[in-house]
Amino acid sequence: MDPTTAMYIAQGMHGIAYGMVLFLLASGLTLILGMMGILNLAHTGFFMLAAYFGYQMVQWTGSYWAALAAAPLVTAVFGILMERFLLKKVHVYGPMAELILTMGVSLVILDGVKVIWGSQSLPLSPPESLQGLVNIFGMQYPAYRLFIIFLSLLVLFIMGVLLYKTRMGMIIRAAVSDAQMVDALGINVPVVFMLVFGIGTWMAGVAGVAIAPILTVSPGLASQMGMDAFIVIIVGGFGSLGGAFLVSLICGLLSSYGIQFLPQYSAVLIFIFMAVVLAVKPEGLFGEKT
Amino acid sequence: MLIEINDLNTFYGLSHALNNVSLNIKKGEIVALLGRNGMGKSTLLKSIMGLIKPKSGKIVFNQKNICGQSPHKIAAAGIGYVPEERRIFPTLSVLDNLKMGIKGGRINFSSPEAWTFEKIFHYFPFMRDRTHQKGGHLSGGEQQMLTIGRALMGNPGLLLVDEPTEGLSPAMVDTVRDILLDVRKSGVSILLVEHNFKMAMSVADRVYLMGKAHIGYSGTVEELANDPKTRTRFLEV
Repeated sequence: MDPTTAMYIAQGMHGIAYGMVLFLLASGLTLILGMMGILNLAHTGFFMLAAYFGYQMVQWTGSYWAALAAAPLVTAVFGILMERFLLKKVHVYGPMAELILTMGVSLVILDGVKVIWGSQSLPLSPPESLQGLVNIFGMQYPAYRLFIIFLSLLVLFIMGVLLYKTRMGMIIRAAVSDAQMVDALGINVPVVFMLVFGIGTWMAGVAGVAIAPILTVSPGLASQMGMDAFIVIIVGGFGSLGGAFLVSLICGLLSSYGIQFLPQYSAVLIFIFMAVVLAVKPEGLFGEKT
Repeated sequence: MLIEINDLNTFYGLSHALNNVSLNIKKGEIVALLGRNGMGKSTLLKSIMGLIKPKSGKIVFNQKNICGQSPHKIAAAGIGYVPEERRIFPTLSVLDNLKMGIKGGRINFSSPEAWTFEKIFHYFPFMRDRTHQKGGHLSGGEQQMLTIGRALMGNPGLLLVDEPTEGLSPAMVDTVRDILLDVRKSGVSILLVEHNFKMAMSVADRVYLMGKAHIGYSGTVEELANDPKTRTRFLEV
């Protein structure tokens, strides 16, 4: 393969890897929003928290794999606790109260990690088996990024099976369009909400641990990828997983090719994309008109 | 009595939507709830279902007070709800919409009374060939049928039905009438809110008429049929 083509392909794969992680982050956000009507501003906080948990786990056990398995689960427990003991309490005061609460939680997480781990960037190295480059059709590509793509595909596959092949998934999809009606059919929707919140924060946690070796672990992680995640769910359409998937990949590719071809404008490309989509389709690509 | 409602009060903010409403239904009875728009008929159904929390009063269903409980508990106790706005799940297939109605996700085939897909398809044959079509792609009338089918799959002891014939063709109105009568035969009670006076009178045993936020009249179908004054007072516009 000639070096220029290889560079284009590698850059594209970087974009896909970033887009896939972005999707893991955004899908939890859009699922919670679609089903519970809650824009969880703390979602990206949990994402960052998972990266710190992952870092800490590696410090204790020395194993990235242990971190990848445990940190997202611990994060999910925190998410469920927040839903059970905080969000449920303010639910009666309406969506604005919920929004403010999630914002408060995100601030607590942000300052919490600074108090515990400090403000500097912490390194989290990928496992030894995934360090270095692999050879794909004569092209050298970082093994860890390739791993991220496969990991995200695996999570995506599990989510797909859960959502489209199980009764629980059917209930979740029904609740995205009308949670109250689902409750009136005899299904304990509050428990389903808790479960979805747990799954959503777990996915954010997987995204956090997965991206940490590339972006390092720092308090800036939440805002860095968080902004992109919010753009993804707005442009993709609230509550739409398909929309989130497509826009995540577009975002990833825009940012990686943007850096290559239009470095001085790369930061705003994604906003231009959002503005154009919203000008034509204000409800987002796959959103329902309200 | 299957259900006894006593002095039920429901508010929308400051507006008193139900004022000391009392109503009862025996097992196997079809009771029609009639009245002009905005009198509180749908609010009463929603209050029974737990979708709006009543402020005070008692709703005793099968000897248990269900007033103020969550909708899923009330549904599990044996009340099925066919809402006015249909509220099918547009992104789910026709079959999945029906499955959503099954309590606990399993059909109890050992009970001959239990509703099955086959029985639903018997009444609504259009569903049989379109099980995989999305609910949102059905016509308004078909969505209405699906809502009824979905509620029946839960084998309710009491069915709350809000305006089932609204926007339906005359042939479909007849189908709805047939199914309500057959459902009654299997021992299920029905509380029917209906604009179509003739249809309501042809299926119901007893009638309650609502004035603004309260029950203004109750009697049998025969009594109301012979009482044009009351009909004028509560029903004519």
